[in-house]
Amino acid sequence: MSIIKLTPEEQATKLEAVLSKYKGQGQKALMSTLQQAQEIYGYLPLPVQRKVADALDVSVANVYGVISFYSFFSLKPKGEYAFNVCLGTACYVKGSQALLDKIEESLGIKSGDVTEDTKFSISSCRCVGACGLAPVLLVNDDVYGRLTPDEIPAIIAKYKEEANV
Amino acid sequence: MSNYRAHVLVCCGTGCTSSNSHIIMENFSKFVAEKGLEKEIDVVKTGCFGLCAEGPIVVIYPEGTMYYRCTPEDVEEIVNEHLVKGRKVERLLKTGNPDSNPTDFYSKQMRIALRNCGRINPDKIEEYIAHDGYQALCKIFSTKRDPAEIISEIKESGLRGRGGGGFPTGMKWDFAAKVQNDTKYVCCNADEGDPGAFMDRSILEGDPHTIIEAMTIAGYCIGAHQGYVYVRAEYPIAVERLSAAIDQAREHGFIGQNIFNSGFDFDLDIRLGAGAFVCGEETALMRSIEGKRGNPTPRPPFPAVKGLFGKPTILNNVETYANIPVILNKGAKWFASVGTEKSKGTKVFALGGKVNNVGLLEIPMGTTVREIVFDIGGGIPDGKKFKAVQTGGPSGGCIPASLLDTAIDYDNLVAVGSMMGSGGMIVMDEDTCMVDIAKFFLEFTVDESCGKCAPCRIGTKRMYEILTRITDGTGTLDDLQALEDVAVSLKNGSLCALGQTAANPILSTMKHFRDEYVEHVVDKKCRCGVCKDLLQYSIIKDSCIGCGMCSKVCPADAITRTDYIAPGKKLAAFEIDPSKCVKCGACMETCKFKAIVKK
Ligand SMILES: Cc1cc2nc3c(=O)[nH]c(=O)nc-3n(C[C@H](O)[C@H](O)[C@H](O)COP(=O)(O)O)c2cc1C
Ligand code: FES
Repeated sequence: MSIIKLTPEEQATKLEAVLSKYKGQGQKALMSTLQQAQEIYGYLPLPVQRKVADALDVSVANVYGVISFYSFFSLKPKGEYAFNVCLGTACYVKGSQALLDKIEESLGIKSGDVTEDTKFSISSCRCVGACGLAPVLLVNDDVYGRLTPDEIPAIIAKYKEEANV
Repeated sequence: MSNYRAHVLVCCGTGCTSSNSHIIMENFSKFVAEKGLEKEIDVVKTGCFGLCAEGPIVVIYPEGTMYYRCTPEDVEEIVNEHLVKGRKVERLLKTGNPDSNPTDFYSKQMRIALRNCGRINPDKIEEYIAHDGYQALCKIFSTKRDPAEIISEIKESGLRGRGGGGFPTGMKWDFAAKVQNDTKYVCCNADEGDPGAFMDRSILEGDPHTIIEAMTIAGYCIGAHQGYVYVRAEYPIAVERLSAAIDQAREHGFIGQNIFNSGFDFDLDIRLGAGAFVCGEETALMRSIEGKRGNPTPRPPFPAVKGLFGKPTILNNVETYANIPVILNKGAKWFASVGTEKSKGTKVFALGGKVNNVGLLEIPMGTTVREIVFDIGGGIPDGKKFKAVQTGGPSGGCIPASLLDTAIDYDNLVAVGSMMGSGGMIVMDEDTCMVDIAKFFLEFTVDESCGKCAPCRIGTKRMYEILTRITDGTGTLDDLQALEDVAVSLKNGSLCALGQTAANPILSTMKHFRDEYVEHVVDKKCRCGVCKDLLQYSIIKDSCIGCGMCSKVCPADAITRTDYIAPGKKLAAFEIDPSKCVKCGACMETCKFKAIVKK
């Protein structure tokens, strides 16, 4: 499953709707606004930060400060297929680092980066709460559990086929 | 509910949903309808049954048959065989892991906080009500019970906070109740930052109404009219069920204006976290709800005096709240009869790592670590040896085999160098390197330190650097001393408990597994083969047929022929010169005879 792509116009209209809901509410609405804005754009580029700051009547510096504090907010776009390896304790003990290594090797990029064609990105997280299935890999919303590094190439091949690359 | 002859319960907790339990649910409805059984058989979506590693789990009542590792394709057979013909599907009765034993998993448990998880449909308020839900709240208003009296009942129960610190809940409420202010807040900590823990998530997903009921009671006790549940962003299912539950509770008049015609108003909102561990700390959490960076602030002033938006506030953990309705329904005396002298009631743990029965469990305080790992958890998989249990997450420590008989309560766990924490419990076996685990937690705290106070910001980084040296083979014995020195500064100098406890994973592993640290720095060896830079490749000479492939691919010319010819082989074996080896692993990949090992 890939992220549904909105056109820039659709993104702008959706953002307007979110901003008018929280308009003038100040700091206390900042987190919610940013969360919804990121849902629309996939990340939070500077023009979006400016609009949020204007609408809520807080400084851009303040907005940036909040974004950079929380790891959930991203200043970079994610790949169309975002690989996210759980490095929570339960998964780590069961070898999720080896999964991450294998994915980095197979896609040829490091965790935190996006492939040049913006199709794939890799990141890690700390526990998605599915520890019973450790080690866990998420690709967008698809969850893969009880994985071994040997299974990675097949999974990547599947998404490559879907992405036509 | 009694009109149905059978109930099919499908776990739709996070673990099972990840394995398609929502499709299993759909298929059940489909096939039951196809057979025309929808009036006889009720298909119910529930929260977590606990035995997550064996999911997706389907339970069929009245027999209570449990099916493990079901797939959407299995559903038709279950409907045809079990529900139509009354024959169990034997193949799904066995767990996927032959060493896991569900009977043992459940027999030593006692469920208070998890009482409804896996038993009711979290989307239906009626089912919560049918299981004594909102009874405690209703009784408070129908008997016009005095808030102070409720608080003293909570005090008497001995309930302590389940979020980690173990502060007496009744006392916390009492402080906030006594502060005069028209505006107060009740908050619930569902940030569940401990990686590898999913207790709070399971309660929110399996029984969201219990949190709503308890927070409303808390609001009445301290005189607050607004509550916030702070949930981590990684938990979309929990957020969805909780917000649906809040709407239902509002429709039924259990929250909102003039609850039960008492004149008391209370409402609830959800706030999402955004992936910062420190926001589980109470003052940081409140800053985050205010929309700011989640930096902790010094205490005093305590939140009970000056908390959210500068108003008196109480914050409790999800599991703490889940106990409240039961305490009020069954009485403080009953609750206090469970557990140990200073730790009353039960504790939920998320058991994970190298253990057969991975899952969610709830035990009376006083149960030993051994009982959890070996009886409930079913021991270590693949015949490996137990090494340690980690509790308390990044603030906690490791409990070694020699302390397996420690009875779990707040004070005992601190005494053995760990802590209760929020309930993550990770089992480690002989293949887990304790230095690497300490480094794992330190990397976590370096990432998560908010950077406000210097001891934590700099201290965690320095300790991480030292641990990196130790694991890459450049550490010295002085480094071990340095770790201990920095740890003391962190403990004394940090602003919040994140920094104050950050050294615990190191101190406890150094205390119980010092020999492994020494081995890393003196012998440059990692006995578990985890620290890659310390690995040495070698050739098992008796397996080597002397083909020489390894020597050909070696980029460093580190592999040469010896004089030794193994029995039954024609050519002399090879050997690796460790001083030349660059540890690329090419030889091992090339050898078809599994004669090269990494140790
Ligand atoms: C760094 C840090 C992280 C914490 N994370 C959590 C958490 O994820 N969940 C939680 O309930 N408490 C967490 N706590 C404890 C809270 O500060 C607070 O003590 C607790 O929520 C109070 O509720 P209780 O009395 O019901 O336990 C954390 C504390 C610190 C210092
Ligand atoms: S540690 Fe990976 S899902 Fe919990």
